Amino acid sequence: MASALDITAFAADDIRGIGTDPNLLKKEIPWPRVLSDGEKRIVTALGDIIIPADQYGPAASAVGVPDFIDEWVSAPYEAQQDDLKVIRAGLAWVDGEAKKRFGKGFADCGAAQQVAIVEDIVKDGTPARKVGYNFFKLFRDRVAGGYFSTQEGWKAIGYTGNMPLSEFPGPTPEALKHVGLA
Amino acid sequence: MAFLQTSKTRAERYDVVVVGSGAAGGMAALTLAKAGAKVLMLEAGRKYDPVTETPMFQSNADAPLRGANTPDKPYGFFDATIGGWVVKGEPYTVKSKTTDQWQDGTFAKRDATDQNFMWWRSRMLGGRTNHWGRVSLRMGPDDFKPRSTDGLGFDWPISYDDIKPFYDRTDRIVGIFGSKEGLRNDPDSDFFLPPPKPRAYELLFQRGSKKLGIPVFSSRVAVLTKPMPGRAPCFYATPCSRGCGIGAAFQSTTSLIPCALETGNLDVITNAHVREVTLDAQGRANGVHFFDKETGKEEHVAARAVVLGASACESARILFNSRTARFSQGLGNSTGHLGRWLTDSTAGDMSGQIPALENMPLHNEDGVSFPHLYAPWSEVQAKSAKAAGSPRGYYTTFGGGRRMPGGSVSLGPNSGGLFGTKLKEDARRYFGSFVSAAGRGEMVPNEHCFAELDPVKKDRFGIPVLRFHWKWNAYEVRQVEHMQKTFAEMIEAAGGKITRQPIKDATSVMTAGGSVNHEMGVARMSAKPEDGVTNPFSGVWDCPNVVVADAGVFASSPYKNPTLTIMALAMRACEHLHAGVKDGSIAAPA
Repeated sequence: MASALDITAFAADDIRGIGTDPNLLKKEIPWPRVLSDGEKRIVTALGDIIIPADQYGPAASAVGVPDFIDEWVSAPYEAQQDDLKVIRAGLAWVDGEAKKRFGKGFADCGAAQQVAIVEDIVKDGTPARKVGYNFFKLFRDRVAGGYFSTQEGWKAIGYTGNMPLSEFPGPTPEALKHVGLA
Repeated sequence: MAFLQTSKTRAERYDVVVVGSGAAGGMAALTLAKAGAKVLMLEAGRKYDPVTETPMFQSNADAPLRGANTPDKPYGFFDATIGGWVVKGEPYTVKSKTTDQWQDGTFAKRDATDQNFMWWRSRMLGGRTNHWGRVSLRMGPDDFKPRSTDGLGFDWPISYDDIKPFYDRTDRIVGIFGSKEGLRNDPDSDFFLPPPKPRAYELLFQRGSKKLGIPVFSSRVAVLTKPMPGRAPCFYATPCSRGCGIGAAFQSTTSLIPCALETGNLDVITNAHVREVTLDAQGRANGVHFFDKETGKEEHVAARAVVLGASACESARILFNSRTARFSQGLGNSTGHLGRWLTDSTAGDMSGQIPALENMPLHNEDGVSFPHLYAPWSEVQAKSAKAAGSPRGYYTTFGGGRRMPGGSVSLGPNSGGLFGTKLKEDARRYFGSFVSAAGRGEMVPNEHCFAELDPVKKDRFGIPVLRFHWKWNAYEVRQVEHMQKTFAEMIEAAGGKITRQPIKDATSVMTAGGSVNHEMGVARMSAKPEDGVTNPFSGVWDCPNVVVADAGVFASSPYKNPTLTIMALAMRACEHLHAGVKDGSIAAPA
């Protein structure tokens, strides 16, 4: 039993994943991105309809959400690979729908045209909803998660924590009043 | 004495070899080193330093996949665990619920897994204390005498009075906040640090639960709210599960091992995977065999005593593999109890939404990242649970509030087709209004839950691995049903709406055994050798200069999370071992 074992053999098979002992202080994405330029343009356009620039903060594309979507669907894990299938098919379907209706790809349509397609997807009883709704909900949730986890997203959603405090003050008087505890 | 770069630089012989570096190993090493013993600690994982490695203040956007759970990092990117449900090259085997076949334990979600058992292992200095939930509840007088109380389970050979002085001393080392409530079976500490103020949603739960007759108190958590030597108080930001670079949240690597090293009596070898305890001709432990993972070579280190604090099941694995002609079924297994009476805590929860929390005036709700309030088992609950066929207790904590957003955000009850500015408005309106109540409960030990050596499977070092048998008793199923029903009432009493109906038959929602990471039993202590593996001082009956310092010795599995009790018992066991070897009352090599 005293002979040396091949101790490197166990590190090789997860080479494209995060690994079990990554440097937690540094964000490194070891896997190659899989979305094409064309797919990324659709992700950007659709993402900005889901999270537009408005009084609450910048649009999704302004805080790197399209890149996050690409990072997510490119990951080598089963859950993300399942998302890739749904999202890739959904992007192709959205693009086809734009071509059918407006004669050009989704990313090249005007804002009103893009919104019209999205509104059809989320409206009850439309043919577009039947095909596109599950994709849209999944994509929308990923975009929202990607957005609200950024500093700009924190402002938009109302997260004010992650700040060192000398004492934990508990709820403010206004907060206590708001919930009927004042 | 310090961290040894390789296993070659160790001393010829130590007074004690301690296997493991977490709650059990860390407290054992500190206790023994302070008493003057020369100690070698062996840790199966790598060296780890929370001061330089903890991602304090990083947002989830600073992590791959926004910090999501992956098979590589099952509790999320930032979680202070190296390992998890799978440790490559070191498998364990479990039964598939659907096929009834044996298979390797895999990455799985505890509530959706096909496995009957899951085993969380942390291969790093400090073990699971680096990320643990820090809930620090003392076991009470009844918890040591469950069989005498209601005829179920097993009594411990010790009582609360035996362990109380060690709880007191452990509390002063660990640093626990809480409030004195004078509850009979939930003993107070004289050393509680001041608790943090409750959050708004917790106050709503407290007010609502009172109407149900269930009192809600300050939780008892190992996070400093006042400074201690070498450790700063909490600054109420950045999640504790990442570890704590300032030492506010207790972990072995900031709060036990450095103090043990300061004595000058401790050596540490990391990446040391222990195979077995070795015995001399008189049947006394004289060291351990381990694999140096850096070189792949097997080494032997000599010692006058051995402390196993590798986690309950890992220590059992080592004892099973410590086979001699005399102990052919494993050391400590002469009366057939090794590996048996394996328990875990039960888990149940319920989710809801409280309209009063919508559009809350902005304020910081981070706090210590653990619940600030909890509901210990109450008389009202005990009465209705007993009537429903659930004999044992659980405690309740409440989730909610505006926590640091990850890659998945609840968008509110009308999220179906939501997009655009309306999405942002709803996300903001409902953020922090989603709540949950969760319970951790006591399991009655049963004969169907045990670990044994797999007859064929070996790890990459050629060491036989464990396979697990698991079956919940109806007591636990009824208990989880009781949790769901009670939590639904608590959410409604807090002014909320539940998001699902309590389940009528909880059989289908029982988590896999082990998945709460509270493995207990397998080397239980007993008054007589024929009833257990270890004596009332945690020494192995077969060979008393081997001590089991982890939750293996637990004769029952109270709803109080095991870590605090592990540390108090480890301190007690190691002081007894040190004194016993010194005065000759515990046989050890000269």
